[in-house]
Amino acid sequence: MNGLVKQRVAGGILRRGLATASQTPRLKTFKIYRWNPDKPAEKPRLQSFQVDLDDCGPMVLDALLKIKDQQDSSLTLRRSCREGICGSCAMNIGGRNTLACLCKIDQDHKKETKIYPLPHMYIIKDLVPDLTNFYQQYKSIQPYLQRSTFPADGKEVLQSVADRKKLDGLYECILCACCSTACPSYWWNQEQYLGPAVLMQAYRWLVDSRDQAGAIRKNMLQNSMSLYRCHTIMNCTRTCPKGLNPGLAIAEIKKAIATD
Amino acid sequence: MAKRLSGLQKEVIHLYRGCIRVAHTKPRPNQPHFVSYIREEFGKYKGLPKKDFTAIEHLLRVGHKRKDLYSQPELKDIH
Repeated sequence: MNGLVKQRVAGGILRRGLATASQTPRLKTFKIYRWNPDKPAEKPRLQSFQVDLDDCGPMVLDALLKIKDQQDSSLTLRRSCREGICGSCAMNIGGRNTLACLCKIDQDHKKETKIYPLPHMYIIKDLVPDLTNFYQQYKSIQPYLQRSTFPADGKEVLQSVADRKKLDGLYECILCACCSTACPSYWWNQEQYLGPAVLMQAYRWLVDSRDQAGAIRKNMLQNSMSLYRCHTIMNCTRTCPKGLNPGLAIAEIKKAIATD
Repeated sequence: MAKRLSGLQKEVIHLYRGCIRVAHTKPRPNQPHFVSYIREEFGKYKGLPKKDFTAIEHLLRVGHKRKDLYSQPELKDIH
């Protein structure tokens, strides 16, 4: 038993290497999408960068910042909180839309990792997509509390524990646009279809017991494009970096409108 | 007969006309500033080959966005 433990520890050290031991750096190749708007005639390209994994944080964002700091300061990306709460660093890493700050680097340094901006969005520069349309759509669902009457005591609008529970899994959305840009339906009808992220927020305000504009909100979605372009492809749920379920929320809206 | 323009060329001309129209909504003495700015911006990409669709479409998007920005009435002059 004791021997086995010892063997395991020794094996671990061998595999990981001691801090003092000098060894060849584990260079991993990152292929990053580059495009410069100042030279619009130049085609977008993939640029390779090599990062030593032993000298880098565990997340893809750490590697990107390391590249930006040490190799090419012209690499452009959005980032802010580095802990998955702001949703700025949404990008397509290894074929999956996710947040760079929540995505661990694949420790196999022989494999290369490809990093693209969010798919099917207009690009502003390198990894920065143009989200104007996305925010415009979010604005269009009026994401704020609408009431005609307020409590007589002038204090907050109260809500039961059960009603509050309905908002769980909806309010956590950080609007990183990972789900919307993973949806083929959204790719083809970006102008009219609202997309999973925005529809989930629409549902968040529909089920809120304090909101009194439910009928108006439902009416806004009563057309063939805004809501019904969802064909339950469920890429949204699969890709959500926060583990939320926009597909379910959209299904709930459909149900609410159908049983109205 | 004049040469027929492609859809993209028409769009560019449309944007240019739109920009000039915006310039004429600005205060009289400042209008030449706007016009010369517009001409300068369009002139930057005069040499772009007309088959470079992606670049032209991108520039059109940028142009429209900038036009919307500059057409705000609060904006009175440009240098």
